[in-house]
Amino acid sequence: MKYQSQKVALYYFAGALALFVAQVLFGTLLGTVVVAPNFLADLVPFNILRMIHTNALIVWLLMGFFGCAYYLIPEEAETELHSPKLAVLQFWLFLIGAAAAVVGYLFKIHEGREFLEQPLWIKLAIVVVALMFLYNVTMTVLKGRKTAITNILLLGLWGIAVFFLFSLYNPNNLVLDKMFWWWVVHLWVEGVWELVMASVLAFLMIKLTGVDREIVEKWLYVIVAMSLFTGILGTGHHYYWIGTPAYWQWIGSIFSTLEVLPFFAMVVFTFYMVWKGGRTHPNKAALLWALGCSAFAFFGAGVWGFLHTLAPINYYTHGTQVTAAHGHLAFYGAYVMLNIAMFTYAMPLILKREPYNQLLNMWGFWITSGAVSFMTFALTFAGVVQTHLQRVLGMSFMEVQDQLQLFYQFRLGAGIFTLLGVVLIVWSLVVPGKAKESTGYQAAE
Amino acid sequence: MSETLTKAAARNIFYGGTAFFFAVFVALTVHSVSKANAIAAANPVTPSVAAGKHVWEKHSCINCHTLMGEGAYYAPELGNVWVRFGGKEDANGAREALKAWMKGQPSGVEGRRQMPQFNLTETELDNLADFFKWTSEVDTQNWPPKVSG
Repeated sequence: MKYQSQKVALYYFAGALALFVAQVLFGTLLGTVVVAPNFLADLVPFNILRMIHTNALIVWLLMGFFGCAYYLIPEEAETELHSPKLAVLQFWLFLIGAAAAVVGYLFKIHEGREFLEQPLWIKLAIVVVALMFLYNVTMTVLKGRKTAITNILLLGLWGIAVFFLFSLYNPNNLVLDKMFWWWVVHLWVEGVWELVMASVLAFLMIKLTGVDREIVEKWLYVIVAMSLFTGILGTGHHYYWIGTPAYWQWIGSIFSTLEVLPFFAMVVFTFYMVWKGGRTHPNKAALLWALGCSAFAFFGAGVWGFLHTLAPINYYTHGTQVTAAHGHLAFYGAYVMLNIAMFTYAMPLILKREPYNQLLNMWGFWITSGAVSFMTFALTFAGVVQTHLQRVLGMSFMEVQDQLQLFYQFRLGAGIFTLLGVVLIVWSLVVPGKAKESTGYQAAE
Repeated sequence: MSETLTKAAARNIFYGGTAFFFAVFVALTVHSVSKANAIAAANPVTPSVAAGKHVWEKHSCINCHTLMGEGAYYAPELGNVWVRFGGKEDANGAREALKAWMKGQPSGVEGRRQMPQFNLTETELDNLADFFKWTSEVDTQNWPPKVSG
């Protein structure tokens, strides 16, 4: 860490980790309700639990992105942050807004659209928070060095804010509603979020492997080009069965199949950089998370996305547990692991600690990754059985669900291990460990 | 990576290509919007349908059910619930059955997924039924494959 103002990232990392635990805790509750439906039914219904689970995920990932940006941008721009005070204020506004939303959900105050449940005033507060953030980081970059990494990161972050504006548009025509709902949801996670992912990974590669910036940045442009060339028209894979024209079946099938390419490129990029760098960075846990991120994103977003993205297959699998399986592994691989990679890299530097509790952190990596993988397999098998019984044989939804109980029990077990792994990760990042022999870590950076 | 591709060239390809693909996407979206408006012209979104959509959102039905396959996968697909309840053959019968179903929740059956009681008014129930009817008439390219949803 070279600039004092990078420290504001710590607020965001801490807030993100707290919400991460909450997200997985609510996920475990949901997994329990699926196995034992009367659990909590009178107290908090499934729909409320689920909006807390998904919203906590989205908010903590965004909070993590903000933190990543506040850490990364001063270092890349080689200047102090424009206004650390504004960044701290922005953090509290965001956290209080998120907390208010969750408390409101428990009292059934919400707008009810999936993932966009935030009441209007919270949505507007999010816009204000985003503008504060964008002003701060953009001013920082403008006065400092401009690199490909900051360019791409800023483009991604501006894109997040711009596409969020479509959440304010809710027409009475359901077809239009669904079309533009995807302008937020898809253009975020399969569009501009990938810019954030690729640029943060590029930053970590420069820091962890010592490979020349020119090479890393060329890779970065090639990867994000593939992401957006495929991801934008890949939106078509959500336009198959919602009242939109049939040509989307061709466009969506072709371009969303190609969406695998940028994820594959990220695997090649990260592993090749580590091999080419040939340097042993003391923060092995950060490297593990960075490599894990590209690998799990490739499987979760790439392979599991491809499994059901072709229109003739999606006709049968659309809206089954196959989708749930893909959703879990994709978010974990691409965005959870990205954030944890950056936290694991940056937190010891901000806190001026040696790389600490590395073993515990790596245990957290393997337990969580193993558990989420197992959950994905359980849901995939559930989805395949469901697809056949419900979509081919035409059995009724509830009858089919009874047939999936075993898979749901496996999923709950995996969920409990996920929670355990997450607690280990958070513990290893937050609680100071025994300092090892000095490894010259501060100098290596 | 090959020496023939310079960083500046990669950057230009990225910005130029993104602008191109986004323009194509916007053009197709404009066309699809006109199709969506044509759907509403043929099958108008009446005030009751719009109110029914609001009821659907007010209680966040989508965080248990799915609608045209999008939602929470915890409870049945409702994009075609109108058809499943026989609305095509007997609209009044389907409407009454839907309303009776809504009023009868939760079932309280041990081990069965519980749908909350939302205490909807008669008007809200009618609005919701109109919304389901409207939704079932959207051309979804023959999705879902079975009436089971």
